[in-house]
Amino acid sequence: MVVQALCFYLFSAVAIASAVMVISSRNPVHSVLFLILAFFNAAGLFVLMGAEFLGMILVVVYLGAVTVLFLFVVMMLNINVAEMRQGFLQYLPIGATVGLILLVELFMVLGGWAISPEAAQVAQVPTPPPEQVSNTAALGNVLYTKYVYLFQASGIVLLVAMIGAIVLTLRTRTGVRRQNLREQSFRTRDESVEVKKVQSGSGV
Amino acid sequence: MADLWTGYLWPAIFIVLQIVAILVPLLIAVAYLTYAERKVIAGMQLRRGPNVVGPFGLLQPLADGIKLLFKETILPAGSNRIVFVLAPMVTFVLALVAWAVIPFGPNQVIADINVGVLYLFAISSLGVYGIIMAGWASNSKYPFLGACRSAAQMVSYEVSMGFVIVSVVLCAGTLNLTGIVEAQQNLWFAIPLLPMFVIFFISILAETNRTPFDLPEGESELVAGYFVEYSSMTFALFFLGEYANMILLSAITAVLFLGGWMPPLWIPPFTWVPGEIWLALKIAAVLFVFIWVRATLPRYRYDQLMRLGWKVFLPVSLGWVVLTAGVLVTFDLLPQ
Repeated sequence: MVVQALCFYLFSAVAIASAVMVISSRNPVHSVLFLILAFFNAAGLFVLMGAEFLGMILVVVYLGAVTVLFLFVVMMLNINVAEMRQGFLQYLPIGATVGLILLVELFMVLGGWAISPEAAQVAQVPTPPPEQVSNTAALGNVLYTKYVYLFQASGIVLLVAMIGAIVLTLRTRTGVRRQNLREQSFRTRDESVEVKKVQSGSGV
Repeated sequence: MADLWTGYLWPAIFIVLQIVAILVPLLIAVAYLTYAERKVIAGMQLRRGPNVVGPFGLLQPLADGIKLLFKETILPAGSNRIVFVLAPMVTFVLALVAWAVIPFGPNQVIADINVGVLYLFAISSLGVYGIIMAGWASNSKYPFLGACRSAAQMVSYEVSMGFVIVSVVLCAGTLNLTGIVEAQQNLWFAIPLLPMFVIFFISILAETNRTPFDLPEGESELVAGYFVEYSSMTFALFFLGEYANMILLSAITAVLFLGGWMPPLWIPPFTWVPGEIWLALKIAAVLFVFIWVRATLPRYRYDQLMRLGWKVFLPVSLGWVVLTAGVLVTFDLLPQ
């Protein structure tokens, strides 16, 4: 237990410290790198709680795909650090409001269980103990049976968002020579090479 | 006191010993993979290859290592020092930590976790960070272009790799690597899932930035890509990391498709050979194809690379996942 407690405090301390660094570091690329560290420690916390599937998915999805693209974009931006500092106080009230609302919501979620015990019964599918079912199987059993419509609906929302992003950025330029692989592959010798008999002494 | 010893100290020492027992042979294998690559390519191009240092040039990797060790480490003036030094370490460490879940035989694995496949996938998807960090921190145009290409390439090919892994997991019915190997007792997955095996192999070529997908380090256009500015040990760490990654992905191929530690047939001359040797032979076979491809194929053009990843591999692997699931359900072949 001592080792687990030590790991917990290590992961959570690093996660919180790097989260602070995300918003306070001067260089945006450093911010993203600290965000990576924060995600990684969150994944460690998941594994420590026995939710190894969630931990690994966090790393694969957020670190392996989302943050790579994020870092990619931030590297390309030409950001003036001094200009960003000026805006800090201007946006502070909005940021503080959002943070406060999130905090209140967290308290409501966690407090709801304490205030009204019957709220716990809303969660109709109890979590099976981890010794009996691996949590990948447990999640699959719940997601694809009880919550299948919600799960599919969220998939459709993401699909729509993806198609929307493609539609917004797709543009067909005219006057560009494009490679047509089919045309290339089906080209025969007859239509691409023309043999000319050239008389010596006169041009083509 | 005895409790402290049996409860904490002895397991910790045992784990460290296990890690050393994997890392030392791995690093020797990395050193000799560079030698093997030069020798094999030399053979294919009718040359001799390294043959001066030691008998048959066998001490060449050591000589190269010592040479790199004694060179000067240069930190470019405009670079971002911390990230610049961190990048090769990230690449190297990520290539090593994944070995924790590779099973070398029944019950011969450091961490036999339930989600071994996902762990491997997660670690290999982090590999891109070392390259991006190196490209950005160098503050130089060629490394940056190399890093951009590499990020786009690795993210693209990871998608189809994910679907390939899903189809393997469907057939095995578990995310545990030992379980996946044991599911191949009678039939290696390379046979029923042959198209997926081919797609996976081509994707790992792209994932390790090897020819014909070595655009991130294309020496004819980007000098050497993301590690132009690196010298001495920082360069050596990138180099070792790249080769360790090749061995790792070959091991993953062997575990997912070629039956891991299992012999090809369960009859005497094959069953006499221990499982670790079988795994090593399979890894060596995949590595040979890596080198063979390098000696044979020219580099892909960038738009062709993207087209292959997104327009060919992604639809084919997605379709194959649906097909596999359909066949398994229809013929009642689902594991368990």
